[in-house]
Amino acid sequence: MSADSSRWVKRLNLGRRTALGIPYIWLLLFFALPFLILLRISLTDMGEGLDPFATMLSNTDGKWRLILKVQNYLSIVRDSDGVWGSTIYTEAYLLSLKYAFLTTVLCLAIGYPFAYFIARSQPARRPIYLMLVMLPFWTSFLLRVYAWKGILADQGVVNAALLALGVIQEPIQMLYTDVSMLVGMTYVYLPFMVLPLYANLVKMDLRLLEAAYDLGASPFKAFWLVTVPLSRAGIVAGCMLVFIPCVGEFVIPSLLGGAENVMIGRVVWDEMFSGNNWPRAAALAIMMIVLVIAPLVWYQHRVNQRAYSEAS
Amino acid sequence: MLTLIRALRSHLSKFWIAAVYLFLYAPLLFLVIFSFNSTRQDSVFTGFSLRWYHALASDPRLVEGFFLSLKIALISATLATALATLAAYALVRMGQFRGRTLFTGMVNAPLIMPEVIVGMSLLLLMVGIQRVAGWPDRGTLTIVVGHILLGMAYATVVIQSRLSEMDRSLEEAAMDLGCRPGQVFFLVTLPNIVPSLMAAWLLTFTLSFDDVVVSEFLSGPGVTTLPQVIFSYARRGVNPSIYAAATLLMAAVTLAVVIYAIYLARQQRKTGYQR
Repeated sequence: MSADSSRWVKRLNLGRRTALGIPYIWLLLFFALPFLILLRISLTDMGEGLDPFATMLSNTDGKWRLILKVQNYLSIVRDSDGVWGSTIYTEAYLLSLKYAFLTTVLCLAIGYPFAYFIARSQPARRPIYLMLVMLPFWTSFLLRVYAWKGILADQGVVNAALLALGVIQEPIQMLYTDVSMLVGMTYVYLPFMVLPLYANLVKMDLRLLEAAYDLGASPFKAFWLVTVPLSRAGIVAGCMLVFIPCVGEFVIPSLLGGAENVMIGRVVWDEMFSGNNWPRAAALAIMMIVLVIAPLVWYQHRVNQRAYSEAS
Repeated sequence: MLTLIRALRSHLSKFWIAAVYLFLYAPLLFLVIFSFNSTRQDSVFTGFSLRWYHALASDPRLVEGFFLSLKIALISATLATALATLAAYALVRMGQFRGRTLFTGMVNAPLIMPEVIVGMSLLLLMVGIQRVAGWPDRGTLTIVVGHILLGMAYATVVIQSRLSEMDRSLEEAAMDLGCRPGQVFFLVTLPNIVPSLMAAWLLTFTLSFDDVVVSEFLSGPGVTTLPQVIFSYARRGVNPSIYAAATLLMAAVTLAVVIYAIYLARQQRKTGYQR
């Protein structure tokens, strides 16, 4: 019996090891390793061979030296005249942050009331409402963005309707401007705001609102002082899910943006494939992670921890 | 005007919900209507015709792209779901193990990483490997790897939530009745999480079938997925045969959703009878 059970334990361990080992090795190989290579290339001096994999070790007088080309990073924030912060890269970063911020605000302004109304609707209807939010996900994201091109064009549906109604005398240009960029980005990312907000709002204990009413709060005041603070974790989660991918967005600006709406994702792409400057492209990506993504993820982690400790 | 405002205020929730749905569905409606347009016009419906559907069928790039995307999506969705099942099992059932934080981080990271960075770092890896080993060339295989990595993160979230809801006493009962660990997994755990596996597979399939950015980084000469073809057409201007492609895809999705809903309803009725 004991020999039998020890064989079982061995088998159990073997099973557990494969269950963990296979995805672990996969992720190390295809997520962690590429990331390290990205870091390494961002510090590589390509030299005259223009080789992004050029060696980082040099041997002079029998001494090994490690060459880290910090210039790849410096050239992003400082132009050739030595002026800081006014290169095409910093401008692209700032523009990306601007669009990401505005998109997040718009998504929150549209999505919060929407999620709130769904969460307070009849329980039987909620799954249908949610299903209708998710359904467009199943059609190509690219095609949904592409449709806006036709809708917002100078000869498009919106201009035609406004002309017919007599609101405007001649078509206004919306495509390839801030308008089309923000419409497209808000359109794509709105569900990412709605779903976490809904999940949060639907769990709220409505007796807290009753208590607020009993104590004499107006509906608006109760909403502002009870509901909104309680949904903080949902707001933060939704804003993260919108803001972070917006910063690196690549497809929407290429389809709906004009020549001056160059965001950082596009710049990385151009450095890679037009400029063939892989180290600089890698440095741009690393900077995006270190300056934007990492602080935000850390912040969300803290908010979640606080919400968790308050709840328990 | 005043009555309108009053009506708006008393029915604010209904108006708001309706307006958001209009916003979400307007582009889809637009695509369907103008795929049947008889001219290239974008604002006026000049008449019903199927010419863009004919144009679509006779465009070899779109047809080839479709079959390539289908192949890539089938392979990567299946492998991503399998990997995600293992990862979710490890995260839910194995408690604390060494390197858990790193593992959790790596599983979830693709969810928040901009796709540009994921695609780019994978491209660097592939180029690096190719330099050392002379293999693989950029193409179908490298795209599949990228899509598995992307899909696995989403699939793990889906399966993980189902697995943590599952009643563990079922597994314990099977153990007590003498099942070997492998048998417990395949005969008890797996059948219990099948709906989430299906959901995860569908999600990763759509992700892969829809992806442009990672494919753009990882594809090689002569290998162009459907979204890549659409993307290159879309940047050049309006082309209604893309609308036709969109409408066909939507029809397929609607059909799939209807079938799934019927399946779900039947399933519920069946379990209802058993009770």
